[in-house]
Amino acid sequence: MFQTFPLWPERASTTAGGVDALFIFLLTLCGLMAIMIFIMILVFAAKYRRSRGREAEQIEGSNALELTWSGVPLVIFMGIFVWGAAIYFKERTPPQDSAEIYTVAKQWMWKFQHMEGQREINELHVPIGRDVKMIMTSQDVIHSFYVPAFRIKQDVLPGRYTVAWFRATKAGRYHLFCAEYCGTSHSGMIGDVVVMQPAQYEQWLSGGPAAPLAQTGKQLFLSLGCSTCHRFDVQGRGPNLMNAYNRPVLLDDGRTITADENYLRESILTPAVKVVSGFKPIMPIFQGIISEEQLNALVAYIKSLNQSPEGTAGTRNTPTGSPTGQPQMMQVQ
Amino acid sequence: MATSPTPAAERENYLNTEYGIRSWLLTTDHKRIALLYLLLITFFFFIGGFFALLIRLELLTPAGDLVQADTYNKLFTMHGQVMVFFFLIPAIPAVLGNFLIPIMIGAKDLAFPRINLFSWYLLVIGGLLMMYTILTGGADTGWTFYPPFSTAFAKSQVVTAALAIFVAGFSSILTGLNFIVTIHRMRAPGMTWSRLPLFVWANYATSIIQVLGTPVLAITLMLVALDRLFAFGIFDPQRGGDPLLFQHLFWFYSHPAVYIMILPGMGVVSEVVSCFSRKRIFGYKFMALALIAIAVLGFLVWAHHMFVAGISLYAALVFSLLSYLVAVPSAIKVFNWTATMYKGSISYATPMLYAFGFIGLFTMGGLTGLFLAALGVDVHVTDTYFVIAHFHYIMVGGMVMAYIGGLHFWWPKISGRMYPEAWGKLAALIIFVGFNLTFFPQFVLGYLGMPRRYWQYSPEFQVLNVLSTAGATILAVGYVLPMVYFLWSMRYGKVADENPWGAAGLEWMTASPPPTFNFDETPVVTWEAYDYANLKEVPVEP
Ligand SMILES: [Cu+2]
Ligand SMILES: [Cu+2]
Repeated sequence: MFQTFPLWPERASTTAGGVDALFIFLLTLCGLMAIMIFIMILVFAAKYRRSRGREAEQIEGSNALELTWSGVPLVIFMGIFVWGAAIYFKERTPPQDSAEIYTVAKQWMWKFQHMEGQREINELHVPIGRDVKMIMTSQDVIHSFYVPAFRIKQDVLPGRYTVAWFRATKAGRYHLFCAEYCGTSHSGMIGDVVVMQPAQYEQWLSGGPAAPLAQTGKQLFLSLGCSTCHRFDVQGRGPNLMNAYNRPVLLDDGRTITADENYLRESILTPAVKVVSGFKPIMPIFQGIISEEQLNALVAYIKSLNQSPEGTAGTRNTPTGSPTGQPQMMQVQ
Repeated sequence: MATSPTPAAERENYLNTEYGIRSWLLTTDHKRIALLYLLLITFFFFIGGFFALLIRLELLTPAGDLVQADTYNKLFTMHGQVMVFFFLIPAIPAVLGNFLIPIMIGAKDLAFPRINLFSWYLLVIGGLLMMYTILTGGADTGWTFYPPFSTAFAKSQVVTAALAIFVAGFSSILTGLNFIVTIHRMRAPGMTWSRLPLFVWANYATSIIQVLGTPVLAITLMLVALDRLFAFGIFDPQRGGDPLLFQHLFWFYSHPAVYIMILPGMGVVSEVVSCFSRKRIFGYKFMALALIAIAVLGFLVWAHHMFVAGISLYAALVFSLLSYLVAVPSAIKVFNWTATMYKGSISYATPMLYAFGFIGLFTMGGLTGLFLAALGVDVHVTDTYFVIAHFHYIMVGGMVMAYIGGLHFWWPKISGRMYPEAWGKLAALIIFVGFNLTFFPQFVLGYLGMPRRYWQYSPEFQVLNVLSTAGATILAVGYVLPMVYFLWSMRYGKVADENPWGAAGLEWMTASPPPTFNFDETPVVTWEAYDYANLKEVPVEP
């Protein structure tokens, strides 16, 4: 019976415990506050019930009381704020060496691209104990990546990347829900997150024939002709992309921005919007020409260029520091 | 106690000065316009309620079996649009506020009586457009209209729905404007700001939001229509637009709109608690200030609806912090109502039962708001049934309780008749029980992770959904009862004298129902608000 009628969601990520702790704290605190108020109301209602011969005692108010019951809650609220913010800060800050999984949401399915090349639909395999960073975009409307057992949720928007991360702690099959209303089959846009023991996960990985994502990206880079302008040996007509990812870039309008995933994405789709200083806006627009999945492969390839000139494009997504020792910018979007 | 009251029929009052449909449809009497609003929004309340029942029936089983997915999506969309824009927002201001504000400040009418009538016609036109939308298939965007779904993907009546709300919005703006000018310019001699009943303060604060916030909604809906009809691309990433811009604009109005829906309810409860405790409201100045503070701070917290939407981490921190600030004046209100009862002379008349219900349910709604403002918890529960439960505790548990309680409280003034007290108490109890059974399980569902707007769901959520549906049927009975006995009482109810509750306030110093110009002579106010110290004692129990 209890199995079919749970009262508490499963806890299967490193985030979940912290969220539950604050939730339980709030339940206790607010429960006590509510009970206190309800008891006062009931007691007053019973004790001061209207009766003949007794009149109400007029009381104007009390500044001391007013200040107390605004001041004390304010202090408590600030405490809750800080606690909630601390959890959120962690939720929004993927660890630097996270494994990356590219996600494309569309009406009404979830498509996942692993760095190793595996592709899945409505099912996501992840190992226990590895930080996983979901780099997500939508092909159409807004969706939301929600895994209740991990206590994480992040809207997935068309036209940009948003990021979520988690570290699974317990093997099992967990709900994946779309949490942002997206049309007819919104409630059918669901799937399973399959958390596996590392060894089993390795086995699962080796099952497919697929080429690594960055390798696919490299082939696209060549076949779409990107390599004619973006050269690694001599200065081409486009910027050299070696070690470009996550570095500051000076734009021709004088601004300096970070070449994060969203910038790479935007520069492929609509290159003229943010042109690197010293270059001409001659790159063709790829919006509508390549699919979201191809775009992900290209971005994964360009990011892989941070590691070593050619070699690692295609290796496993393993932890690497940034070669120059520069701290990687936090991914906020 | 006064001698047996003169039957309303023998005295001239606002109801019997003129008869005939023309005398109603062309009236500029704020009291008659209030009744026109009452008819209109009661109609929409039952339309919206009917959609809610269908939603609950569909959710009785995990499979989508009662209606099609698209139909379900339209049901929750139209439920939201009808309830928010055609019931909750006009409810207390346009019905009770319209009827009471001029009387409470000792005026003959609102500052702009014809604009008042025009506002009603605007809501009628908006309502007709909404009905047209519904009858031609309805919209399926959710009441929130998020693009690019609403602008580029939905295949339903999005534009007419937006237009209906656009027009209704102007009704709301004009009503707010009318109230602000009236409260500033029409107060009777001696009716200073510090002597205003809190109901007037609450409607004043509400009016500020209506006037400042609603135009932003109008603009936003217009942009949605332009995007949809002419592919302007303002919210469309394919054309360089930004869907998050829409969410900012929408919530810039729609968060304060929550306060449009709850502040007037707080006003009602202040009047009722004070009257049935026979005490001046505890901390009057703080209560008035808290209303204004909520109205102002309410404009600074909108992005707490967007913590997982893709806004920057730091923006989220700021909006979480500000959301906690707005919780403080709400807490002040609850504490002061409770303190007002201390050493009072408390009656359990029906309006007071609703006030108890309001305080309890509003407290629950407010406290669960603390969960949602906590960033780390919000990520998990936003867009789940937790949010649904939270805002229904505020809007239905709070606002609708206050509205129905207020109708009972002022019914003798409005109709000149008493409602049947025993039935009143029974209905209040049924509503309270039905409400909690409907919405409490949804908090649990939300934390378990059931997303909102789901037509079919995972079987482990069924038990809680069945409870919720059972509650909704009880709640429906509770809502039909008052409508029946209010109608009954108009003919058969006991005739009410001018002040059946022994309440303070100018509205109780004129006849029930009041004459067309409210007072035979303009009153001169020489006493403070809630002057229960100097009022005659009333019977032990009504
Ligand atoms: Cu979706
Ligand atoms: Cu809000």
